[in-house]
Amino acid sequence: MSPERKIRIMVAKPGLNGHDRGAKIIARGFRDAGFEVIYTGLHQTPEQIVAAAIEEDVDSIGLSSLAGAHDYLFPRVVELLKEKGADDIVVFGGGIIPEEDISKLRDAGIKEVFTPGTSIGDTVNWVRRNIKPRK
Amino acid sequence: MFREDHLKAIGDEERRWTEDLSKILSEVPERLPRFSTISDMEVKGLYTPKDIENLDYSRDIGFPGVYPFTRGVQASMYRGKIWTMRMFSGLGGPEETNQRFHYLLEHGETGLSIAFHYPTLMGYDSDSPMARGEIGKCGVAVDTLKDMEILLEGIPLEKVTTSMTINPPAPILLAMYIVVAEKQGVSKSQVGGTIQNDMLKEFIAQKTFMLPPQPSIRLIVDTIEYCTREVPRWNTISISGYHIREAGSTAVQELAFTLADGIAYVEAALERGLEVDYFAPRLSFFFDSHIDFFEEIAKFRAARRIWARIMKERFKAKNPRSLMLRFHTQTAGCSLSAQQPYNNVIRTAYEALAAVLGGTQSLHTNSLDEVYAIPTEEAATIALRTQQILAEETGVTNNIDPLGGSYFVETLTNRVETEALEYIQKIDDMGGMLAAIEKGYPQAEIAQAAYQYQKLIDDAKKVVVGVNKYATDHAPITTWKMDPLIERRQLKRLREVKEMRNTQRVKDHLKELRGAAEGDENLMPHIINAVREYATLQEICDVFREVFGTYTDPGMF
Repeated sequence: MSPERKIRIMVAKPGLNGHDRGAKIIARGFRDAGFEVIYTGLHQTPEQIVAAAIEEDVDSIGLSSLAGAHDYLFPRVVELLKEKGADDIVVFGGGIIPEEDISKLRDAGIKEVFTPGTSIGDTVNWVRRNIKPRK
Repeated sequence: MFREDHLKAIGDEERRWTEDLSKILSEVPERLPRFSTISDMEVKGLYTPKDIENLDYSRDIGFPGVYPFTRGVQASMYRGKIWTMRMFSGLGGPEETNQRFHYLLEHGETGLSIAFHYPTLMGYDSDSPMARGEIGKCGVAVDTLKDMEILLEGIPLEKVTTSMTINPPAPILLAMYIVVAEKQGVSKSQVGGTIQNDMLKEFIAQKTFMLPPQPSIRLIVDTIEYCTREVPRWNTISISGYHIREAGSTAVQELAFTLADGIAYVEAALERGLEVDYFAPRLSFFFDSHIDFFEEIAKFRAARRIWARIMKERFKAKNPRSLMLRFHTQTAGCSLSAQQPYNNVIRTAYEALAAVLGGTQSLHTNSLDEVYAIPTEEAATIALRTQQILAEETGVTNNIDPLGGSYFVETLTNRVETEALEYIQKIDDMGGMLAAIEKGYPQAEIAQAAYQYQKLIDDAKKVVVGVNKYATDHAPITTWKMDPLIERRQLKRLREVKEMRNTQRVKDHLKELRGAAEGDENLMPHIINAVREYATLQEICDVFREVFGTYTDPGMF
């Protein structure tokens, strides 16, 4: 039996917002936790993110937004994954997100939303519990 | 500063005191094995004249308004004039933001500060596919001169100064501001304000970039050259450490990278053939005021001393105004917590106090809800009141640089200065800031510091109240929500402007702009001509993108 392959996560920055402190910290945290990490860099459209995620064959996409456009950009990524038949890629997100938006994002298929103050460890544990390498 | 025999006596006393203290500590140890600032700079329990024995009062501290300006840039500081209370505001469309400006001015704000939405910051119009989901969300939407006219309606531009946080399209927004003033009957020579216009820190930290570094610098020097000649009360650039710090740097890195950026701009302007004393008086700075009180005060004091010496010794500036580091401060957004958000009022108040004790010229205080969204009117009012209480109740404005001469603060000022100079030397050795950015050096230093700091928080080695200590549930707060009608109104107005303007004239001016961009003429007059005819922000930026190319994030982490 071959050992289970590592979890592959894409950390993505959708939209025009340039605040990448959180995305970079979480990308490092995931790498240090033993995941394979692909970071898209800034200013990606949902289309670019979904194409890259499929191309890179990732298990999950972690979206970061700090400028209020999450309510359009996050659901749009989920929608495009569905269109491409890749909705087994788990989408989660984090950033400056008002509490009342979180349930809306969950309803739109974002599996979890992390707000400021979440530790790297809590996010890593959530990934370990919720994301399995895809077949 | 101290007599030799006094210093010797103090040294002997200190040794005795240390011995006594270690006896006490052997029974009751200190709370922590090591005390350090938020930037992880180690701090001793006590400082004495011994720690500053090499300090020369006249050479290193001096008098306010006098070189090297350690104690402040004006002779009378806040006894003469309180800092400008400038609340960074921008929400939805120009109508909503104009209303917020009037509200804040009525409540005692003394200067304006415009926050633009992301499409404007990045050089896209609201009808661009790149703007989907972003219109009016994180600042005000400005596509054309029309929006700027609405935004500044009823604001007396000959009296109120305005700071605009705008970088790649800074010359365009400045052009719009000049034309709106002109329409109000206020000439270029009367308007006062600031454009951020600092692209180096964008590549390093804030990451709103459009063009590659070289043409970005050209546009900046164009604005410096133009304003120095035509808009003499305008601060041509706000060389910013704020975003560097918010991206996770230490206090020393914030200071060093900002001043190294400043050096790069001075060199670029000199290369253009401008005289240093001609443009340097209009350079301004912008720093973060983080939660570590004394470290921040030391940083502000060191900033003034280093810059004065750089300008005098390295660039041979003679005009005292060229040597003065004048700065705006914003309290640290990154120090705020989503948990127990009312605590943010307290954090902001301490940070504002540090900025004032550090001698800031203007100040934005964050609102308690900015960790969730654009501030509500109520939250912005509390933030403004925080400054007013500081200015008019606490008495801290009675006296200039009250912490000058503190053994601790002077030691910390020296240390921040020494460590910042080491960084600046390193960047000089790399060939300057542009070369350092190409190597990814400041970016990597900041990412490393941010990660280290996050681990300290996660391990509770640094306390954030309500986050990793005293954590409790809190009731959700009401945050600002954008009316979806604003987006439709913005798109409709843009369509109407495009229909009503003289298309041929717009085309002609854009063509002239392109020609000038391909050559080496100053672009400002051409940009002003184009915006006056209601050319859109993106139409102008598209000319730049086509002529100069674009910059994309290398995506390092």
